[in-house]
Amino acid sequence: MKTERTFLGVPIVKPKVGFFDLSSCEGCQLQMLNNEASLLDFLSLVEIVNFREGMKEKSDDYDIAFVEGSVTRADEEERLKIIRRNAGVVVALGSCACFGGVNQLKNRFNDLEWVKRQVYGDFPIETQEAKPISAFVKVDLEIYGCPIKKEEVEKIVTKLVLGQEITHPNYPVCMECKANENVCLFDLGEPCLGPVTRAGCDSWCPSNRMGCWGCRGPAPAANLKQLEKIAEQKNISKERLLDRLECFGGFGEAAREMRTKVEGGR
Amino acid sequence: MIFKVFQAGEMETLFGLLSVNRIVGPVEKGRDVDGKPLYDFDVVYDFKDLKLDYGQTIHSAKNYFLPYRENLCTFTFDNGDWQKEVDFGADRAHVFFGLHSCDINALNKLDKVLMGNIYPNPFYGAKRSNMFIVGYSCTPTPSCFCHSMGTDSVLHGFDLFLTRMGDEYFAEVQSARAYHILERMETREPTHEDHLHFRKTTSKKRSLFTCEVDTSDLTKILDMEFESEVWEKWGDKCLSCGTCANVCPTCYCYGVEEEVNMDFSHARKVKQLYSCNLVDFAEVAGGHNFRPESSTRLKYRYYHKHRGFVEAYEESLCVGCGRCGNACLADITVPEVIASVREGEK
Repeated sequence: MKTERTFLGVPIVKPKVGFFDLSSCEGCQLQMLNNEASLLDFLSLVEIVNFREGMKEKSDDYDIAFVEGSVTRADEEERLKIIRRNAGVVVALGSCACFGGVNQLKNRFNDLEWVKRQVYGDFPIETQEAKPISAFVKVDLEIYGCPIKKEEVEKIVTKLVLGQEITHPNYPVCMECKANENVCLFDLGEPCLGPVTRAGCDSWCPSNRMGCWGCRGPAPAANLKQLEKIAEQKNISKERLLDRLECFGGFGEAAREMRTKVEGGR
Repeated sequence: MIFKVFQAGEMETLFGLLSVNRIVGPVEKGRDVDGKPLYDFDVVYDFKDLKLDYGQTIHSAKNYFLPYRENLCTFTFDNGDWQKEVDFGADRAHVFFGLHSCDINALNKLDKVLMGNIYPNPFYGAKRSNMFIVGYSCTPTPSCFCHSMGTDSVLHGFDLFLTRMGDEYFAEVQSARAYHILERMETREPTHEDHLHFRKTTSKKRSLFTCEVDTSDLTKILDMEFESEVWEKWGDKCLSCGTCANVCPTCYCYGVEEEVNMDFSHARKVKQLYSCNLVDFAEVAGGHNFRPESSTRLKYRYYHKHRGFVEAYEESLCVGCGRCGNACLADITVPEVIASVREGEK
């Protein structure tokens, strides 16, 4: 039986939610399940009615749909459209759903048939260009990261349930990295996309001495031109920089432009 | 002021006497690609870890008195009622061992802003009044320009200030607490020779600066150059990442966010230091942004430090520590920006 909850005297409805996966490693959903210390609190916030990775029960009666993964097959497109019809709120969960994620790396190749043969040989499989879910349905909220940062998701879902405004940090990772008093990875000779990537991860990778790969996509005022100059000055090759900018799809057009410039210059 | 002299070997005794409280001092955090040591302030447990001859730290020590993130208050909800708890952090004393004069001057400037008005900041005040500062005389690094900002020496705001003179330390004693600590060590009264030696040491330090900022008439010049195109040039380079403000010992701007626990039992108001270079710093309700361009934001940072603050307090908010320029990946440094604004004078 559900107990009615209130916040400051206002009754709070416990929304029914579903977690769904398209083409992805399902690591973002695993992040949610990994959160043992606060899992029960999370379950008091929402009622999970559909979560293949975590439970047997399945229901199509949900208010919020968290969708992980990118669309790489026609049947995924169909599934996504049904989810959109069922849910009041569709949340893109993680970099694959937001930008195409690691999957979209294959889009770089002109010949997708060749890509398919390289990976699957003669095995009959249907695959198309990897796209973010926003290419097919209206997305109400994006939660960035590869994987998502569970503490951030919990904060966002709490706000969602309370009906509060949800905002993402507009500053880049450097802001959090400096607040964590890390040594700048450029000083150690490492490339890092921290200066151009949207924060919110609490500088997860740089705090562990690994340069940022830009999984959360660009910060609104990202100055990529300057980052290119900095990399050049620090003897970090364009290719290494592009490796990172292209990895998760968040830098889309800007990365493609830089790639064209590099290939054109050869 | 009271002066004392003690043997260099007594420094460890001083550290031991002060270590009943938490000591924060310069430590080595790693080496850069060229093998150069990188220093930062951290809690020091062992005297051997204290690197007093650091050139400059990456960050200032402000995390200990003006934290990047700070809980302003916690609300507890219970049975339709609620309670508010506020923790100023007054019970956690800190000893700052080895602050340079720039950083002590920075504290003195923060005092004026955060404690010197009709609404003093109790979070800062509690920490500021519960610290013991051992200042330490420095050797200027290539990016230091404190002598241009008048902050290469410090007159107050510390307990003890030490200057290395050969095998001995010359101690300036500023507080009764410091005097009583020194009583428990082996010290001697300085002689006239010691006074001369001290003055020679400080005058030698003054001759070692290689970096300069011309601050004469700067407030007026900044007014004249408000439309200068140099701001565009620096704005094009700026990454709008807030690094300059985060490493700055005097940047105190902040934002406040409210967080509710998932079980609705608690809520918090959390303060986070912010930077005027961040894209939404001047965005107001309704969505209008007064400074959407990075050049305008960068310009206003300079106007606050070198113009507005000077008009309000008769001194600059910049202490010339050079940290912002060292940390800026785009190589935007105060001496170069000010020089570019003044270009064409000579």
